[in-house]
Amino acid sequence: MELRVANNAAYVYTGGKTLDAKLPAVVFIHGGEQDHCVWVLQSRYLAHHGYAVLAVDLPGHGRSGGAPLASIEDMAGWIVALLDAAKLDAASLVGHSMGSLAALECAARHPERASRVALLGTAFPMRVSPDLLQATRNRESDARGMINIWSHSACAHYPGNPGPGSWVIGGNLRLMQRQKPGVLHADFAACDGYKTGFERAAQVKCPALFLLGARDAMAPERAGRDLARAVPNSTVVTLASAGHNLMGEKPDEVLDALLEFLRAP
Amino acid sequence: MAAPRSLQFDTLSLHAGQRPDPVTGARATPIYFTTSFVFRDADHAAALFNMERGGHVYSRISNPTNAVLEERVAALEGGVGAIATASGQAALHLAVATIAGAGSHIVSSRALYGGSHNLLSYTLPRFGIETTFVDPRDPAAWKKAIRPNTRLLFGETLGNPGLDVLDIASVAAIAHAAKVPLLVDATFTTPYLLKPFDHGADLVYHSATKFLGGHGVAIGGVLVDGGTFDWEASGKFPELTEPYAGFHGMDFQEESTVAAFLLRARREGLRDFGACMSPASAFQILQGVETLPLRMERHVENTRKLIAFLGTEAAVESIAYPELPSHPDHELAKKLLPRGCGAVFSFNLKGDRAAGRRFIEALAVFSHLANVGDAKSLVIHPASTTHFRMSDAALAEAGIGPGTIRLSIGLEDPEDLIEDLARGLRAARG
Repeated sequence: MELRVANNAAYVYTGGKTLDAKLPAVVFIHGGEQDHCVWVLQSRYLAHHGYAVLAVDLPGHGRSGGAPLASIEDMAGWIVALLDAAKLDAASLVGHSMGSLAALECAARHPERASRVALLGTAFPMRVSPDLLQATRNRESDARGMINIWSHSACAHYPGNPGPGSWVIGGNLRLMQRQKPGVLHADFAACDGYKTGFERAAQVKCPALFLLGARDAMAPERAGRDLARAVPNSTVVTLASAGHNLMGEKPDEVLDALLEFLRAP
Repeated sequence: MAAPRSLQFDTLSLHAGQRPDPVTGARATPIYFTTSFVFRDADHAAALFNMERGGHVYSRISNPTNAVLEERVAALEGGVGAIATASGQAALHLAVATIAGAGSHIVSSRALYGGSHNLLSYTLPRFGIETTFVDPRDPAAWKKAIRPNTRLLFGETLGNPGLDVLDIASVAAIAHAAKVPLLVDATFTTPYLLKPFDHGADLVYHSATKFLGGHGVAIGGVLVDGGTFDWEASGKFPELTEPYAGFHGMDFQEESTVAAFLLRARREGLRDFGACMSPASAFQILQGVETLPLRMERHVENTRKLIAFLGTEAAVESIAYPELPSHPDHELAKKLLPRGCGAVFSFNLKGDRAAGRRFIEALAVFSHLANVGDAKSLVIHPASTTHFRMSDAALAEAGIGPGTIRLSIGLEDPEDLIEDLARGLRAARG
């Protein structure tokens, strides 16, 4: 489905169902240099189980128009504009990596628009080493290679995402390569530049789930736990032997944890 | 910053797609000899059928043993995923049937394996899919053959029978300018010698019966998606970019930016045509893949030694192998195939068909049969076997002489193979 958000076309995957604004809404926000399809299994399941699902392509990503947003704060503002465009008063916000910071910022600044917030593969600060940040600007291929290695815990996944026979590592790399030039650097610079994670975390009023990978080399679990401690009403679930690409490596476990969180009273 | 190192080809050959079984601790890939898989509950069943959860339902569609092979070959090729099929021919058919239908057109290299040629020439036209065959070395011919209804360009990395080296980058550029993908049969090269995705191909398949399996015990195929082709931007593939009534109205490209082709191929092609691989075959082929780098190195090493020997023999008229300066694709081969040009090649004996028969019948180590890519060395004399009904003139048109011998070089001691060929050459002289 295409919406008009901030004067640009915004693509939203609705999980194979027509969006019904009367249902409880869940917004999925992808990570750096990715798009909606990282959530394909989880979002499709929820769409077929009583939720209005909006798995977005952030501006400049996937099928959405515009340029990539320069800051996590801008992304948070864009999510609010998206909710307005979709005529939704509030939604649960589910974000991965960069998207988790956007969800956190949005939930803190707009508590009336966030009913719950789930942060996957998150950490604060989400600093990017100067070398890697430089590589995202002028050596994209090298940077992608490093990021992809750091994002996976093993070279085998059962069953792969989106299904059996998928080479998760190759799929993730190709997804990054399919994004437009400049997106990688913009996204990593936005993560690196986000400074107010702990302050925002303390302002979150809704329930928060922290879903972390025990073998996450991009956003170490310890840094995720530090952030979780700053959120008043948070739960931490750690997936053993999962890396940063939690949705690809452990799709069922991610879905089950999200279901339990979203269905809790 | 120390750059992390990705796992290398030899390691992926052994590990990609598989971890020790978490329940039993089995180190090797178990053979999941089961037709079907129990559902945890009704909701789990519905979620699996509707592609809301990953997992297995029925072994025609997917199987855990096959999935290991699929992931492993995809990893070795540098693709996003793969589908194991009943044979290499089934992989070719699955690729074509997923993106072409009645009214579609294919442009193909004419230097093809006979089975592929039959499918494109005689069988697919019955289903409304036509093919124009072109000289793989002629870029203008590829371009000229493209029509508005062309949906696929197709060639072999090393063509049959003259080992024409496909200029993948050049043909891929022509395909992409026409907004269609390039499919490559990489059976003769395997990803150890050449990775077609690195040069612009979009889809790759193998007859896994050959070098991937390597032991001549199992028939199978593997179709790999590079995940590079933008079906949406092409606008020519509604099969992948519009809702499909045959699978819950799914728009496959919307579901996966990079694996739309594989989703449809599995959810339609395997489901409806049913040419799936047996998990036993997947296991056997996996045993071969584990040693692929070691075997291919030795295959090529032995091949080079035998070609050097044959080059000194007066009874040998010519040898077709791209590493030889006499081969028309020698320069391209140096660029694309620095590790070697495989282990299958033909040479021409001086003399008539009878000389060829005497050569074959004198061999003691080479096996006379219709296959290639075995650990054992193989030989065939087309003029007296596969093409025996054809006149010398018709043979010449197919690029085959009365004395053409095709060899597939195995892993035996090379001196034993040289001695065997010498025995055959003596017999051929009469």
